[in-house]
Amino acid sequence: MHEMALAESVLGIVEDTARRERASRVRAVRLEIGRLANVEIEAMRFCFDVVTRGSVADSARLEIEETPGAGWCMRCAATVTIDSAVDACPRCGGYQVAVTDGTAMRVRELELE
Amino acid sequence: MCTTCGCEEHVHEHEHEHEHAHARTVRVEEDILSKNDAYAAENRRWLAARGVFALNLVSSPGAGKTTLLVKTIQALADRLPVAVIEGDQQTSIDAERIRASGAPAIQINTGKGCHLDAHMVGHAMADLAPARGALVMIENVGNLVCPADFDLGEAHKVVILSVTEGEDKPLKYPNMFRASDLMIVHKTDLLPYVSFDVDKCIGYARRANPGIEVLQLSSVSGEGLEPWLAWLERGVEAARL
Repeated sequence: MHEMALAESVLGIVEDTARRERASRVRAVRLEIGRLANVEIEAMRFCFDVVTRGSVADSARLEIEETPGAGWCMRCAATVTIDSAVDACPRCGGYQVAVTDGTAMRVRELELE
Repeated sequence: MCTTCGCEEHVHEHEHEHEHAHARTVRVEEDILSKNDAYAAENRRWLAARGVFALNLVSSPGAGKTTLLVKTIQALADRLPVAVIEGDQQTSIDAERIRASGAPAIQINTGKGCHLDAHMVGHAMADLAPARGALVMIENVGNLVCPADFDLGEAHKVVILSVTEGEDKPLKYPNMFRASDLMIVHKTDLLPYVSFDVDKCIGYARRANPGIEVLQLSSVSGEGLEPWLAWLERGVEAARL
């Protein structure tokens, strides 16, 4: 499953940060996931629970901030909001829309103790 | 002792507060794939230093990536040096097929992994040691989802879609078509026998990626192979500069 690899990468960042900060436990992990990123949020939650078991982030709360997708419509010469990379432009209905935002997959912050 | 709150004195009296006082928030702001991206950047530098043109070939299983590679290697035999990195979960069948066609090949088995990552590919490239100015083709694991996210340090992702699949694949897996610079509509010799609308397929791919280039070819009949070889040679020329 794709989200498993991503969850493992998240755990890597969390463990590195916890070690650097000399934390004994990670209480919460906050992610930013763009609407156009290749991530199924529920699958991510499931995989996060699986990969963090027995780690410093065992039973940590996973908070996911979903950020909106945006694209540049070449016909309108304007930035428009889109929910998928194959959406039509909501202004002109055309498909000449290049994705410009909403693909982020980031670890934003951790709550440590 | 905790240096931020000096809580050592009251640890036994207010255990709950003590715990609360210890919790702290740390900003990280790191891309989930930052490690992979760092390896990919290293691979890109390594390739640039050798003037090597590297491609990351992605598709569903069975789209004909290996057959296309074999044909390409045979056609380029007297024109430029080609080396291949093969990614599959198991077996070295594909690398053996490539070697039999005359090009050096290294097989990466990802085991349970569903994609190649930049770290594995970096090691494989060092082992492969391609000639200066060579073409390196990396055949990713057959999968239209995960490989879209993993930069390997390649110049371009090339997505291969065979006409025995649905023409709506670009709508179903838009991220892969967005990540790719070239789409190859493959197995075009089978078009008379399948209900695959090439124009619709190209339209769908351009919804995901308005700038995607498209080539149509058949590795079996050889039709459309020459424009693909010319595309490769242009890339190799540019990488050698």
